[in-house]
Amino acid sequence: MKTNVQKKRIFLPYLLLLPSLIILAMFVFYPFVKNIILSLTMTDVQGNIVKFVGFKNYARLFSNKTFLNSLSISFRFALIVGIPAFVIGFALALAATEQKRGSRIYETMYTMPLVIAAAPASVIWYMVFAPNTGMLNYLLHSNNAWLANPSSAIWCVAAVTVWSNLGMNVIFLLTGFRNVPPELIESSKIDGAGYWTRVRKVVVPMASPQIFFVVFYNIVTSFQTFAQVRLLTDGGPYYSTNVLIFQIYKEAFYNSRFYTACTMSVVLFFIIFVITRVQFFFEKKGVHY
Amino acid sequence: MRTKRKIMEALTFSGKLLLGIAVIFPLIYGFCLSFMGMADILSNPPVLISKRMSLANYQFALQRVPMLTYFKNTLIVCFIEVGAQILTASLAAYAFSFFEFKGRKTLFALVTATLMIPYESTLICNYLTVCNLRLTDTYLGLTLPFLASGMSIFLMRQFYMTLPRELKEAATIDGCGDMRFLFSIAFPLSLPATCSLALYRFIDAYNQYFWPLLVTNRDQMRTLQIGTGILKDSEAANYGLVLAAAMIVIIPAILFFIIGQKWLVKGMVAGAVKG
Repeated sequence: MKTNVQKKRIFLPYLLLLPSLIILAMFVFYPFVKNIILSLTMTDVQGNIVKFVGFKNYARLFSNKTFLNSLSISFRFALIVGIPAFVIGFALALAATEQKRGSRIYETMYTMPLVIAAAPASVIWYMVFAPNTGMLNYLLHSNNAWLANPSSAIWCVAAVTVWSNLGMNVIFLLTGFRNVPPELIESSKIDGAGYWTRVRKVVVPMASPQIFFVVFYNIVTSFQTFAQVRLLTDGGPYYSTNVLIFQIYKEAFYNSRFYTACTMSVVLFFIIFVITRVQFFFEKKGVHY
Repeated sequence: MRTKRKIMEALTFSGKLLLGIAVIFPLIYGFCLSFMGMADILSNPPVLISKRMSLANYQFALQRVPMLTYFKNTLIVCFIEVGAQILTASLAAYAFSFFEFKGRKTLFALVTATLMIPYESTLICNYLTVCNLRLTDTYLGLTLPFLASGMSIFLMRQFYMTLPRELKEAATIDGCGDMRFLFSIAFPLSLPATCSLALYRFIDAYNQYFWPLLVTNRDQMRTLQIGTGILKDSEAANYGLVLAAAMIVIIPAILFFIIGQKWLVKGMVAGAVKG
């Protein structure tokens, strides 16, 4: 009887882990490895391997204009999303830091984009950008087809992405700003430091973990932005918003060239991997806790 | 002096409030337009209020477009994903935090390694898997990859690690079995943290776009997000209808957010910054 109970105890933890491990093995590890393998092959339209080609897909990719264009758009997009999203998020979080009567109202407003999914957000912003009668044209006294113009379309998609990221940015920066010990604020006041000096010398260093997180969060999510592109511009006009993730989607699900899509998503993985490595490096080294 | 300070305070308050209105202005704009007919939507200059506002778009969206079916599908998907994730994560976290066994460190390292793999790197092959299993257009196909998540396991483990080890010893001496300890002591004790996590996961599942887009083809199986997106492409001439559909998606999310804000924020912050 006793040996039975003991046996049960030995197996129990494995049994507890089993459901999670099966799902993670089937839908994270297996596809991740298979994705790399497919990038070294040719596949048919059903995604079955036809033959191994080694690194030929990669060689082909880096001489392919559409891909290189996507790559450069993705990096540009990361920049024009990352900077404004951080700056605006920072300003809003600073405005909301002090908790007093009624501050919950604007705090809720600043963070609301968090729960607005990309699909309905895109639908609404589509109206804001509408030619002739859209709100943006009215505010700027202009008459532009913002989404149909190759030089402005990417900015529109970026604006929607910045707006969508605001909620997350404000929440994290607020957490950081509010965690600054009040004694530090008080003593800097006694030392005669003005508001902006205090922000620069006390608040920013103390909230650096959150600041780092937000900066990298914006960059990484900009590489993953899909729904806005799909719904606002469909990668156009003239490939001007054809970010890498969208090109992957088209190759796999329009053209059924799964091997090319896999090759590109290995490249995308590598980019995101490097960014998160850099993030960890900075978090370990340069962050004041 | 005091009145001057009061005025200053009122001014900063209204400034901050205006900033907030600017942030949510697109939502207000979309909300107002969703009650209008095409003539008012296309009026130049644009208007937010019109005499001819009506619920016609909403009526149309609920009766002629299967918005309610989309809604039902979304809720089913959300509940399956959140429920399964909390269950699988609780079991796994319990094993990692209360048991000593061979390979514990390796297995935990494997679980945390999944956090380094972004969903784009698994999307295509997961799609192929679900196709091969003939699970497209099923709830199982929609939810299968999300029944467990490394992040949820990791967070649940953090919660369980804060429970004192002596609790388990005392319970065992009192004759409490391993599984009973999990379900009647460990799980209830970490319920607040678990609820935060569940809420955050719920919003995540509600807002999913890419995966449901890939694995649903039949209208009957689409989720709210996909339905709204498709409506935008197919009903481009009836913009009030599309905006009404978007509002039907947004309004529950906003209500949910206003009610559960505190919990949601806790769940999110726990998930990302460990500092």
